[in-house]
Amino acid sequence: MKTVYFDNNATTKIAPEVFGEIKPYLTDLYGNPSSMHTFGGGLRNKIEEARAKVAELIGAEPEEIVFMSCGTESDNTALMSAVESYPQKRHMVTTRVEHPAVFNFVKHLARRGLRATFLPVDSSGRLDMDAFSKALDDDTSVVSIMYANNETGVIFPIEEIGEILRERKILFHTDAVQAVGKLPIDVKRLPVDMLSLSGHKLHAPKGIGALYVRKGTRFYPYIIGGHQENGRRAGTENVASIIGLGKACELASKNLEKETAYLSKLRNKLERNLLKNCPDVRINGDTEHRLPNTTNISFEYVEGEAILLRLNEYGICASSGSACTSGSLEPSHVLRAMGIPFTAIHGSIRFSLSRYNTEAEIDKVLEIMPKIIKELRELSPFGKEKIKK
Amino acid sequence: MWDYTKKVKEFFLHPKNVGEIKNPDAAGEVGSMICGDALRLTLKIDRKNNTITDAKFQTFGCASAIASSSALTELIKGKTIDEALKIGNQDIAEYLGGLPKEKMHCSVMGREALEAAIANFRGEKKPPEREEKIVCECFEVSEEKIRKVAIENHLTTVEDITNFTKAGGGCGNCIPAIEAILKDIWFVKPVPEKPGAPKKLTNLQKIALIQDVIEKEIRPRLQADGGDIELIDIDGNKVIIGLRAMCVGCLMGDVTVKGIENKLKELVSEDITVEVG
Repeated sequence: MKTVYFDNNATTKIAPEVFGEIKPYLTDLYGNPSSMHTFGGGLRNKIEEARAKVAELIGAEPEEIVFMSCGTESDNTALMSAVESYPQKRHMVTTRVEHPAVFNFVKHLARRGLRATFLPVDSSGRLDMDAFSKALDDDTSVVSIMYANNETGVIFPIEEIGEILRERKILFHTDAVQAVGKLPIDVKRLPVDMLSLSGHKLHAPKGIGALYVRKGTRFYPYIIGGHQENGRRAGTENVASIIGLGKACELASKNLEKETAYLSKLRNKLERNLLKNCPDVRINGDTEHRLPNTTNISFEYVEGEAILLRLNEYGICASSGSACTSGSLEPSHVLRAMGIPFTAIHGSIRFSLSRYNTEAEIDKVLEIMPKIIKELRELSPFGKEKIKK
Repeated sequence: MWDYTKKVKEFFLHPKNVGEIKNPDAAGEVGSMICGDALRLTLKIDRKNNTITDAKFQTFGCASAIASSSALTELIKGKTIDEALKIGNQDIAEYLGGLPKEKMHCSVMGREALEAAIANFRGEKKPPEREEKIVCECFEVSEEKIRKVAIENHLTTVEDITNFTKAGGGCGNCIPAIEAILKDIWFVKPVPEKPGAPKKLTNLQKIALIQDVIEKEIRPRLQADGGDIELIDIDGNKVIIGLRAMCVGCLMGDVTVKGIENKLKELVSEDITVEVG
């Protein structure tokens, strides 16, 4: 059975061009870039080429890019660096809908005596800007707000937030893991001090990420050891994956505009027809400001894990905010923060697309999904009266 | 990704006995849409011989909830009420070839729906909600349910309780309360001893305590010497064991048995005797 992959906010396929580029560095060209001999030391150039490509995608200077092992490390490093840089300031601000890489790290720091504010969002997942302004004080060391939400795709007003923070001279980090490669980003005009990105969300391999650190920003390394990355991130470079990330960023830079249009066209078709063909359905999140590839839909009266496993029978991959899929009993913290009723959270399904999806795949989902929902609703003790109407 | 057995998948993809019996002789409803799973069970019961002639279910929930519900209906059809009531959540899980431990609460939901339906058939009224003491506010789990499930399934940790009842799996505020309940069930409270009035354990408590002492105190020591122990039976105060592995034929066998007896006397009750079965 052919896999139909609509879970691209979880991870993406490695682009064939990327794989072609990295293969020699996983086999014959295994040197250490820190070596004196050409066999190893010669790889330094390849790393710098990759750095330039990553920088170009977000409008940065190459020396502002630090390679990390993943998005989570980039997030943790940014926050830790902020805390170490301003030890006299004891307050951090983030949101209630962050990825665990920020959310849980801020909680972790709060347990160690820092003060943390978790900003609320409204029912569409939009940031409460009033609460944001009120949360800031002279004690605030850093604000960390995601560029776009992984579950709903909702995009935050990073520029507006950044302007306010720049005026108040507060450090600003954004977790842009879901945004880089899907949205045009230019840090030359975007007032952020640090920005995290992750390779495997944009068709590079897993295990590689990067942190953008604006020139002039105080920085303390989190991983301590050798002199790699100009002393900002110790550890022998993941040469192959760095080269892969460079190639993936190059592809993204080249195709961004075209892809955005393609993805939103497919996504909108999927969404429109699911709304039309399944009763008692709702879209979660602000549809005005949203990633082009993401839709988060709640199917009332049915449970997400059941939907996913039925889809799985057809080779269709998606994800859910339901408690049963989380490993804990807690449903999605993002949808809860938005005040989505629990009943709708349990039946929430996220489809996230990539450039490799086709219209035929959308049609397949549209053919199967209404059938699955109908069958599961027939199993369910709820919603019968409404369905009969 | 859950590691579901073939049978769970089969019962999830092709559930048996889906639906609702019109004018049922018994109906039981448990769970709620807010909690993430709910089951409505309807039964047809032959009043002459109290036999369940038909059973149907409707379930809102994950794959294992649907499979557990369907398995329950298969298990109870054709059984008398008394026979059906002997089916515990473990039987439902076993019928499905096992459930992931985090999903055991799905089997408990099946058992609860069965009890509710039979109570409904017998005309028993469920005590009003507010009379029950709710321990876990997130999933509305009562102390009564936690105690019952803990004893029926020999659960000794908060994690077990969460897997079987969901209690403690939400905000976590009730975890200390669950710990206190478990302590109350499984450990002898240090009541001030009056001479002539030895602490009295219920049979269930005694059995659980003996198992616990063997697992935690005795087995590790025997295993350190390459031996092992099997608990064969408990008959009143008589504990029948088998010595295994390197203990078999060991010259120190008698001493070992005496040692085990002393340990159980010390930690469970003075009246315990140990025999090799």
